[in-house]
Amino acid sequence: MSTIALDRGARHGLALAWRGILKIRKNPEQLADVTLAPIVFLVMFTYLFGGALAGNTDAYLQMLVPGILVMNILQASMTAGVQLNTDVSKGVFDRFRSMPIARSAPLIGAVLADIVRYVVCIVVLLVVATVMGFRVQTGPAELLIAAGLAILFGLCFCWASVFVGMLLKTPQAVQGLMFVLIMPLTFGSNVFVGTSTMPGWLKAWADISPVSLLSDALRGLLNGGAIAGPLTGSLIWMVAVVAVFFPLAMWAYRKRV
Amino acid sequence: MALAIRAEGLVKHYGETKALDGVDLEVPEGRVVGVLGPNGAGKTTAVRVLATLLRPDAGHATVHGHDVVKDPRAVRSLIGLTGQYASVDEDLSGTENLVLLARLLDFSRAGAKARARELLEQFELTDAAGRAAKTYSGGMRRRLDLAASLVGNPSVLYLDEPTTGLDPHARNEVWAVVRKLVANGVTVLLTTQYLEEADQLADSITVFDHGRVVAQGRPDELKRRVGGQTLQVRPTSLRDLDSVYRILGDLTGARPTRDDDTGLLTAPVNDPVLLSTLVRKLDEAGITADELALRLPSLDEVFLALTGKQTEGSLA
Repeated sequence: MSTIALDRGARHGLALAWRGILKIRKNPEQLADVTLAPIVFLVMFTYLFGGALAGNTDAYLQMLVPGILVMNILQASMTAGVQLNTDVSKGVFDRFRSMPIARSAPLIGAVLADIVRYVVCIVVLLVVATVMGFRVQTGPAELLIAAGLAILFGLCFCWASVFVGMLLKTPQAVQGLMFVLIMPLTFGSNVFVGTSTMPGWLKAWADISPVSLLSDALRGLLNGGAIAGPLTGSLIWMVAVVAVFFPLAMWAYRKRV
Repeated sequence: MALAIRAEGLVKHYGETKALDGVDLEVPEGRVVGVLGPNGAGKTTAVRVLATLLRPDAGHATVHGHDVVKDPRAVRSLIGLTGQYASVDEDLSGTENLVLLARLLDFSRAGAKARARELLEQFELTDAAGRAAKTYSGGMRRRLDLAASLVGNPSVLYLDEPTTGLDPHARNEVWAVVRKLVANGVTVLLTTQYLEEADQLADSITVFDHGRVVAQGRPDELKRRVGGQTLQVRPTSLRDLDSVYRILGDLTGARPTRDDDTGLLTAPVNDPVLLSTLVRKLDEAGITADELALRLPSLDEVFLALTGKQTEGSLA
């Protein structure tokens, strides 16, 4: 019985993921947010500050790309809440809920479609970075692991966005709040500059921030260098974020729909 | 007659507001029941409870014997929902929307496509099948909404204000579709603010006000309950207006209402025989009339009499 339910949930989830992918294809501007913006940052920081910060732009680019990747995924993971909120406020959710489908199917669908979004973001970013001169110093296996870690990171943080998305009234409010939360999270990290020149309180946070730790892990994977420490740290963050936000998201979801 | 929907003592509170305050509702199989009421009367809340989207605070409801709270899945496999709150995805095309819903209802890939094509044809949307729903006109959009609620061949259909915001042409199209569905044996629960709509479509009308049922019955029963037929005359020539006014006043013993713009005179009557008397008197006076009728009060008037206030529909 439970396998049948699971099978149904997965099948309905897949159908809804197909919908999510169709929507991405029809609204490529949604992806522009998470592809163009990082590219602008990549180009701007590399050529504007790269020389000053790292001596030359090539060295800076190698340091920056893994960090921008993390920032990119974090931003992409925030769309889930906005999308779900839009569905609820437009009444699309009520249609689904009035049908005999698994209650979790819309969530499964949203998360599966998110994976597609993450992959597109990663590919676009890496292509642009390569054109600019970025080179993976390790190998394809490390690259795949790095991409997998980035996707996992997105899948963990998207529950925070689902939680906010189910809590707030309008998609605009969700978008606004997520932006306010994400900006300090990405800039208060080692993505753009090393933490050594930051004031003590900021350095203390930036050194242990999930964005910094994953950026370091990805730098290790793509450029070579220490992996174990930052990887452990970022995995602890991911587990913690899921432990806190998954139950909250499910609670808010059940309350809202 | 077997009941498709039975609700007893439904209560739903939102803080201080009583959206539903003990509502009983019965919808016989294959019939159209209209739930009529102004904005905020609790119509949509009732539909949401009956569609398993909302748990009532008290009372219970069944659809074909399945309890909406205890057995929502069984209820969901029987119902279709169209309305203000159940919508299609605006980014997807008509076909994509219907295929998605068919897939969610466990149609095979090919079966889903065939069902979508069939519905699009039935609702005359074939030409727009590949376009995003957000490019549809109001009427097309509502037809797609209807088609979306019919993918699984529901035996009970909830139509929550299906024509609100539509122009008369689009409204007539929706009405035609509803009539066709009913002819095929679908049970319909229709909410509306438009009295004309309930009058046109419903076998029986339940009037809601402040979360309570204030009246129930067939449209003509409701009209009769409020009583008072009226006699309406529109003389061919506006010059005869004064004489007809006098004749009508003498005949009914009441002061007729007169509309100088349209030339329409209306007076309440108790005795239907007065109609033929009026015809004779007008004939004697050599006056011809374009319009001469004995009619039941409009549902607007019924609504006013039942709730003591004007409906939104009649104000609009």
